[in-house]
Amino acid sequence: MTGWPQLDRFLHTDPQDVGCTDALDVLHVCAELAAAGHPVEQQYPGVVAHLQACGPCGDDFDGLLAALRDEAV
Amino acid sequence: MGAADPGTTTPRLDPDSAEWLRGLAGAGPPRDAVLARLHAMLVRIARREAARRGPRLRLAGPELDDLADQAAADALLAITGKLGQFRGDSRFTTWAYKFVIFEISAKIGRHFWRNPAVSLDAEDWDRLPARFGLDPAQEAEARDLLAALRRAVDEELTARQRQVFVSLVVHGVPLDALVIELGSSRGAIYKALFDARRKLRASLAANGYLDDDPDRARRS
Repeated sequence: MTGWPQLDRFLHTDPQDVGCTDALDVLHVCAELAAAGHPVEQQYPGVVAHLQACGPCGDDFDGLLAALRDEAV
Repeated sequence: MGAADPGTTTPRLDPDSAEWLRGLAGAGPPRDAVLARLHAMLVRIARREAARRGPRLRLAGPELDDLADQAAADALLAITGKLGQFRGDSRFTTWAYKFVIFEISAKIGRHFWRNPAVSLDAEDWDRLPARFGLDPAQEAEARDLLAALRRAVDEELTARQRQVFVSLVVHGVPLDALVIELGSSRGAIYKALFDARRKLRASLAANGYLDDDPDRARRS
């Protein structure tokens, strides 16, 4: 029974998730890879798993990526 | 949680990054000029980021600009204090921008408590069905699941995990705001929530409320 698919997804934890500290440590590297069109998940799968699960870190990544893309225009 | 992803070997600095580092390691008016240039870039990034997040905040106009300007000033201090930590694994400016993004997040977390939209006095579990997309046609089923979730929160979690789960999930406090409230770190709060999520899912699955297949949730 999965009455609340959103709750099911929220409670799912990815064992690859590296956590905030390790993800933020390489956020700038991942943002440059993404801005250059490289698949970040190949080099940093645990970081990508974290960014997908952690709203604040994901938001920081989106902000940094937006800054790089804005700069490139 | 997983082990850290393997890092890259430290590459040689690109010419622009090397020039930034030389300028910031200097002294007198030349260094002041480099600091002023970096500060101007940080202000631009901070204001753009504050504007990007602005629609989600009850914050706009001069107050939002002030927050951005303070973030840029604090980021400049952090950057100059941590120059030795720059590994050259990205452009210097990308590494520097990261600090201003972090400062924006922290300041938004602090700002939340000036006029919090939630009360932490009472636990409002009735909000959860809407938050997790309850299908009104499955009201009885949802009631059972909610009761099972509350039992699991009470019986399976540590006091800290329960505090974090209730604050973030039941009350809807932003994670960075809870970091400020508890005098903790984003990593510590996230870890407590991560462990709570894992325990709660295991409990609900063991009692037949969620599917046992841990990958099912990710696929659906």
